[in-house]
Amino acid sequence: MVTESPKIQVKDLKLWYGDFQALHGLDLDIPEKKITAFIGPSGCGKSTFIKSLNRMNDLIESCRIEGTIELDGRDIYSHKTDVNQLRKQVGMVFQQPNPFPKSIYDNIAYGPRTHGIKNKSELDEIVERSLKQAAIWDEVKDHLDRNALSISGGQQQRICIARALAVGPEVLLMDEPTSALDPISTAKIEELVAELKNHYTIVMVTHNMQQASRVSDETAFFLNGHIIEHGDTRKIFTNPEQSETENYISGRFG
Amino acid sequence: MKNTKESVMKGIFFLSACFSIIALLLIVIFIFANGVPFMFEYGFFKFIFGMEWAPTNTPATYGIFPMIIGSLYVTAGAAVVGVPIGVLTAVFMAEFCPPILYKVLKPAVNLMAAIPSIVYGFFALRVFTPLIRDTFGGNGYSVMTASVLLGIMILPTVIGLSESALRAVPRTYYTGSVALGATHERSIFKVLLPAAKSGIISSVILGIGRAIGETMAVVLIAGNQAIVPDSLLSGVRTLTTNIVIEMAYATGEHREALIATAVVLFGFILIINSIFLYFKNREAK
Amino acid sequence: MLATKFVRGLVYLSAAITFGMLGYVIIFILINGVRFLTPDLFSWDYNSDNVSMMPAIITTLYVVGGTLLITTPIGVFTGFYLVEYANRKNPIVKLVSMATDTLAAVPSIVYGLFGFLFFVTFLSFQLSLIAGILTSVIMSLPLIIRATEEALVSTGRPLREASYALGAGKLRTIFTVVLPVAMPGILSGVILATGRVIGETAALLYTLGSATNIPGSLFNSGRTLSLHMYVLSNEGFHVDQAYATAVVLLLFVLILNGLSTFVSARLSKGGK
Repeated sequence: MVTESPKIQVKDLKLWYGDFQALHGLDLDIPEKKITAFIGPSGCGKSTFIKSLNRMNDLIESCRIEGTIELDGRDIYSHKTDVNQLRKQVGMVFQQPNPFPKSIYDNIAYGPRTHGIKNKSELDEIVERSLKQAAIWDEVKDHLDRNALSISGGQQQRICIARALAVGPEVLLMDEPTSALDPISTAKIEELVAELKNHYTIVMVTHNMQQASRVSDETAFFLNGHIIEHGDTRKIFTNPEQSETENYISGRFG
Repeated sequence: MKNTKESVMKGIFFLSACFSIIALLLIVIFIFANGVPFMFEYGFFKFIFGMEWAPTNTPATYGIFPMIIGSLYVTAGAAVVGVPIGVLTAVFMAEFCPPILYKVLKPAVNLMAAIPSIVYGFFALRVFTPLIRDTFGGNGYSVMTASVLLGIMILPTVIGLSESALRAVPRTYYTGSVALGATHERSIFKVLLPAAKSGIISSVILGIGRAIGETMAVVLIAGNQAIVPDSLLSGVRTLTTNIVIEMAYATGEHREALIATAVVLFGFILIINSIFLYFKNREAK
Repeated sequence: MLATKFVRGLVYLSAAITFGMLGYVIIFILINGVRFLTPDLFSWDYNSDNVSMMPAIITTLYVVGGTLLITTPIGVFTGFYLVEYANRKNPIVKLVSMATDTLAAVPSIVYGLFGFLFFVTFLSFQLSLIAGILTSVIMSLPLIIRATEEALVSTGRPLREASYALGAGKLRTIFTVVLPVAMPGILSGVILATGRVIGETAALLYTLGSATNIPGSLFNSGRTLSLHMYVLSNEGFHVDQAYATAVVLLLFVLILNGLSTFVSARLSKGGK
């Protein structure tokens, strides 16, 4: 499968919310510049897992983690890791589009400004490039000063993708990025994601089997906090090894 | 039988609801009817912009400009002292305070709002007046003393409303910012606070309303000279204290002049209140 | 990062100033006041040698009791009308809302002046308990109306529908089903109103007056604790006694605040 060393390497990851164990010793390699999809029923731990990849779970007080997650061979949970630098490297797009109540321009420029870029022409350039990469430049270029909350949900989500790209991440985490969107917007985002994998390592949680089979290179199937099966997407969907995988997929697919 | 009871009670409820409208009308009518005619008899501009308040002179002069300026000075001073501290304390309450501490501090803010103004005034009289006299000179009864005291007195108003405004901001704004690698502090100051702007502004306006209407605390420490103060250490008389000081012995025209002072104060409050409602409604949207 | 630390420092500093100041006020009053709380200060009679605060305590209870007796039913009934009876688009609802908001913003001294012009002069009540109480009623009304409205709205529709579905009338539903659930909320409004009246000075000085005795009837003047303290601190002859009065006032406020914290804790438990 993957010959070169993986972008992200997860080893025996266990996670608790208080007394409740949500993840039971996960091992997973996430390859560079590919799309890896996480599928599974609600509550299976896929969203929890994706949030541990950029340490968003740190925000939950009762959350406790064991095991290691290595990004380019460095443990992201090591006390030497600067969380904010990590999140710059590993961007995230959420289920609900969550643009800030600011102008489109300020939304995109927020991240670069956060990381110290103040030069106006440099910011202009980043904003334009990010919006182009997120395939929304043509739709918004004439009104960058409009409030980002005033545009459609599908456009908002692409603004959020552009916003994530603007800080120059290497990995892009997407937590059910299209579940709140209409089919046309969903198609646009899928197209965009397929394009983005040429430059970024993408990890995507989805409950939509067609979406996973359409866009991803690899798929991991989660159940009750375990990874039941992981491998090439085509193989998972056509010839799964585990019966749980087959049951789940055949129940939702088609 | 049952229906009569239902409709009688409905009538009683309706009358109760009308009570506050009637009360407000009565207040407006009695204050305005007793104050406005005087304003025009004496001369509206002479009254508002008159620099001299000398009710015992013959002929008496009733210029309330010094008091208008006095009210504006101490209110602005209160805002300068109270708003930054209040808003930052609200940030502390909403985003920095550990839950255990919060259980103590939240009632403490309510307690702060509940302490009678006379207690605040007396405290300031015993503590701030000598402190300001010894540190900055003057006699301690001054614009500065009143500003500091009013700044403290508006804290609970500013803190309470600003905190709710901050808590009403969708949490996704915060997570969105943190996910881009922004710190807790940056996320709060660059995303949450701007998003809570309307609510915070309305908390400030409400605080300003409190400050301009405060009477008994100010009368003890402001010096109460009816002249436009020329420095932070000069004594000052506000619209409210003008009324409370002289009402005890005022008669005739003098009393009407004090009621007219209340009309002006009322006007300020109505303006402030409309601005407050404007921002409150904007927040609701 | 330097900026981050600086900003965090400012936040902590502000909180320290706020709560430090509160602590300072309370401790300062207690330290200077407790030692002057002599039994003499609680004797039944006030005279120029012994400025007893007992008459003021009794008068405070009179004013608070009288005010709540009138303002609570009016305020709660107004809440009933606004939430349970009136159509939300009914102009009267808007009007009452506006009136309540405006009343809440009127400064105490304007209430005092109005009470003086209307109750004391126009209705010839003179400086009296009744004039003080009626002025306090209008002043505290918005607090009760707002609290009742919020409490009623938060009880939700299903509760009422369940009662109507059993054939209960509107009145019965309100009094036996809705009111008990809304009670803690209404109660915290009543506590708030109590605090407002106890702490009030400007509105009472020219309505209740500042007579030193316990008022013998509704038409006698008297002084509440806050007024008593104002007179003492303004005259400047009885600073020690003013401190002692402040201690008693603080005690009242602390008890009320504790009560309201307790009630709102009950409220949030009831909500779950």
